[in-house]
Amino acid sequence: MAEINVLQAVHDALEEEMARDERVILLGEDIGVMGGVFHTTDGLLEKFGEARVIDTPLAEAAISGVAVGASMNGLRPVAEFQFADFLYSAVDQIISEAAKMRYRTNGVQGCPVVFRAPYGGGSHGGPYHSQNVEGLFLGVPGLKVVTPATPYDAKGLLKAAIRDEDPVIFLEHKKTYRLIKGEVPDGDYLVRIGEAEVKRPGKHLTVVTYGLMVHYCLEAAEIVAGEGIDVEVVDLRTIKPLDEETVLGSVKKTSKALIVYEDNLTGGAGAEVAALIGQHIFEDLDGPVTRLASPDIPSMPFATPMEEFAMLDTPKIVTAIRDLAAY
Amino acid sequence: MTTTLTMPEVAETVVEGTIARWLKNEGERVEEYEPLVEVVTDKVNIEVPSPASGVLSKILASVDEIVPIGAELAYIEEAAEAGAVVTAVREVAEAAGTRAAETAVSASTTTGGPSPAGDGGAPRLSPLVRRLAAEHGVDVTKVAGTGIGGRVRKQDILDFVAAQETAPATVSGDVEAPLSAVRATIARRMVLSSQEVPHAWTTMEVDVTGLVALREGARAHFLQTEGVNLTYLPFFIKAVVGALKEHPELNASWADGKITRKKEINIGIAVDRSEGLIVPVVRHADEKSVAGLAKELYGLIERARENKSTLDDVQGGTFTVNNTGAFGAILSMPIVNQPQAAILATEAIVKRAVVIGDGIAVRSMMNISISFDHRVLDGGQVGRFMQAVKRALESYSQETLVY
Repeated sequence: MAEINVLQAVHDALEEEMARDERVILLGEDIGVMGGVFHTTDGLLEKFGEARVIDTPLAEAAISGVAVGASMNGLRPVAEFQFADFLYSAVDQIISEAAKMRYRTNGVQGCPVVFRAPYGGGSHGGPYHSQNVEGLFLGVPGLKVVTPATPYDAKGLLKAAIRDEDPVIFLEHKKTYRLIKGEVPDGDYLVRIGEAEVKRPGKHLTVVTYGLMVHYCLEAAEIVAGEGIDVEVVDLRTIKPLDEETVLGSVKKTSKALIVYEDNLTGGAGAEVAALIGQHIFEDLDGPVTRLASPDIPSMPFATPMEEFAMLDTPKIVTAIRDLAAY
Repeated sequence: MTTTLTMPEVAETVVEGTIARWLKNEGERVEEYEPLVEVVTDKVNIEVPSPASGVLSKILASVDEIVPIGAELAYIEEAAEAGAVVTAVREVAEAAGTRAAETAVSASTTTGGPSPAGDGGAPRLSPLVRRLAAEHGVDVTKVAGTGIGGRVRKQDILDFVAAQETAPATVSGDVEAPLSAVRATIARRMVLSSQEVPHAWTTMEVDVTGLVALREGARAHFLQTEGVNLTYLPFFIKAVVGALKEHPELNASWADGKITRKKEINIGIAVDRSEGLIVPVVRHADEKSVAGLAKELYGLIERARENKSTLDDVQGGTFTVNNTGAFGAILSMPIVNQPQAAILATEAIVKRAVVIGDGIAVRSMMNISISFDHRVLDGGQVGRFMQAVKRALESYSQETLVY
């Protein structure tokens, strides 16, 4: 066991999978010589060579297109996008080709690409380096969307994503990269895609969340625990497909659900989780299914006070928990 | 379209009813006029018919809940098919959804709490609270809410149920008897009467030797020709009715600080049943012969014992006769059946050595006891009434006609 941060976990997952399976290749901007904008690929060019660690032009559509093509020719590409915001340039290849490959080939041809991207706000990245893009991919059948929050989950899920026979959008919250440290076992392990985890058991209220917000929610849960509010924190880990069993089981137990997500309020994971709860366990609810999310503004502001307004933080979550618990 | 079933007006003195049993479940189809729920009132058990054809979409009053007249009992969704999603549920879901959105929006700016009650002021309950209350048979209005604005929450129901379960911390062997709706109603009414009515009592001794001879002589023939047993009760009633005609101030009621003298003479008869006392009423008793009374009593008492009393059977009583003598009692002090002014008990008929003139004779003797509302009546009025009853009872002889 070693305590590492999320960056290291991503790096180790890539290195181990490349060592384990020579079909695994990396491609992206500045991932080779520079070792990646966040250094998740440090040393991999030296270790695995130019054929497997490919520096690409600044053309995201090319990265995704090449990755899709390579996957069809037997490779298992991991395509890195410097920031999730840039995925918008690559989206045609992802949605129109990767997501539909299995379906339009009658199940014969998979598209085992991992589209990796750092995402999220709170790091003073401004409008083009802070966005939450997961809502866009939730409505696309054929894609899996994974959002780890801890080093353990990041490593286990990335390895599982690389071994998946179909495309996975793998979103790494960049504020967790260096901030979040945790124990990771030595050697090979996987975290199954599609499985949520109860990160903190509680009995009065369930907070369903993912990504950086998992940590803020855990902090908030500790704060309100002193007031007698016992919060259960469910980390979705994968937001598509949703782990319905874990979410419904938890809310059935606590009878109240607060969904906390950094994406803007409308049309995101919160809507899906809320609908799921409302439809299946209506009779078990003792309060309104409540969403706490970023406001519906076009992008993350750069100015510090405005970014603080837009971003969720622990005090905002504490307030929302108190309100729902008091209901 | 949603039709609401409300607690019907059963009788003028009935202000509430207890839900005894739902004859349909939520989601089941029901036809107009089809019995939907059994309600126990002070007077009778009634089956309330459905006001419309449709699906019973929501039951609002759980079993054993006491519901005031006019209160909502259930919703019937007329367009819906059985098992369909129903309006009531949808409304709650919409309300919850709206509030969820409000809360979510407000959380990023300021905090806003959901309100516990709708615009109508009725408590707004979460689906879970409704379900738990129904499952545990909890009357939510009796639960102290600890949510925002006093809203009843899951934990409140669970605490309430836990408290009820631990409440009868009995000494070993003691068992809490289940409280039936009838029992609870009697309890409430008796407490009300004994607390509100200033009771006074008096007893008189009556020589019913002539009545005994009359009844013994007529009994066999009566059973043969009329098909019912000739008991003493119709004779008692006949005597009481005659005395009431003479002293109408006893055929009265006290309500809201006013005394009302009743025109009709409708005699209530206390009938003992295992389920609890019921008081069917002989209407217009002053217009009936002893034979007529006997036959009517037979039907009333049969129906009461079989739990089949109709509403007509039990309403409109103006004076009550309680035949305590059936148990051998010789002195009773009944509680006045509000809002009536008095209740008369006829005690056991026993043969006793009685001094008549200077001789001693064996006579059939009976006590009559009366309890009365001292707000309405004084001892003198009641004494004169009792004398009239006594006179009538003592005037029966083998020559008296029962027809």
